[in-house]
Amino acid sequence: MIEGIPMQHFLIVSTLMFFIGVYGFLVRRNLITILMSIELILNAVCINFVVFNKYLYPNQLQGYMFMLFVVAIAAAEAAVAIAIIINLYRRYNSINVENVNEMKN
Amino acid sequence: MNVIMFYLLSAVILGCAILSVTTKRILRAATYLLFVLIATGGLYFLLEVFFLGAVQLMLYAGGIVVLIVFSILLTHNIDHKFHPIETKKNIFTGIASFLGAVVCLFAISQNTFTATQSPAISTNIRQFGLQMLSYGNYGYVLPFEVISILLLAAMVAAIMIAKK
Repeated sequence: MIEGIPMQHFLIVSTLMFFIGVYGFLVRRNLITILMSIELILNAVCINFVVFNKYLYPNQLQGYMFMLFVVAIAAAEAAVAIAIIINLYRRYNSINVENVNEMKN
Repeated sequence: MNVIMFYLLSAVILGCAILSVTTKRILRAATYLLFVLIATGGLYFLLEVFFLGAVQLMLYAGGIVVLIVFSILLTHNIDHKFHPIETKKNIFTGIASFLGAVVCLFAISQNTFTATQSPAISTNIRQFGLQMLSYGNYGYVLPFEVISILLLAAMVAAIMIAKK
């Protein structure tokens, strides 16, 4: 725990970061920038897990473990998503969401 | 000192996050995202959870951002610019995210958080490794195995999809 910084300040930072990510997710039309907004959202959630563990339950490691699993899943998700994006680019020559409207052809 | 550092890192996180979702050039968006992730790693170091700070720097800042930059370079012209966002959509999305943030901040300000009185345990890498591979109480060996299979499946899937 850090002296002089209440836990709420960490939570405010992560909340604002989460909703900036949501804004980017809704407003962007490009698949890679949508992926980047998802990374922002996941990162805000990770901060929450670590801060709750550090401030409220310093006798356990649960929140830290969840942060590790979230990072691993984010890595897997980014790898698959980027493979799909490259494949879509080969087929449509564009990765804007409004151009990619067919599941199979 | 720590307090100043915390507010500095928070300012970097929020400023770069806003720039990352509003900038018109995609490579700059990736760079701002990199700054956000590095500052988050700084927050973990500030909280004295050094292992998680190292994981954040290696996996997020070193792995995922490099992957994103690769895919940008494979799919975009280097000085490609986005079309400006429609004003109506911009306003409505901004209002929606703002309202969500207000609700969450209100909930945070109303809640009183009570910490446990038990003594803190150390958070060095040895402790993490022991708990990650223990199969007793609060052990994480099953999620560990499941996530290793998930990572293998994701790797095979990524190669399969990108190959054809």
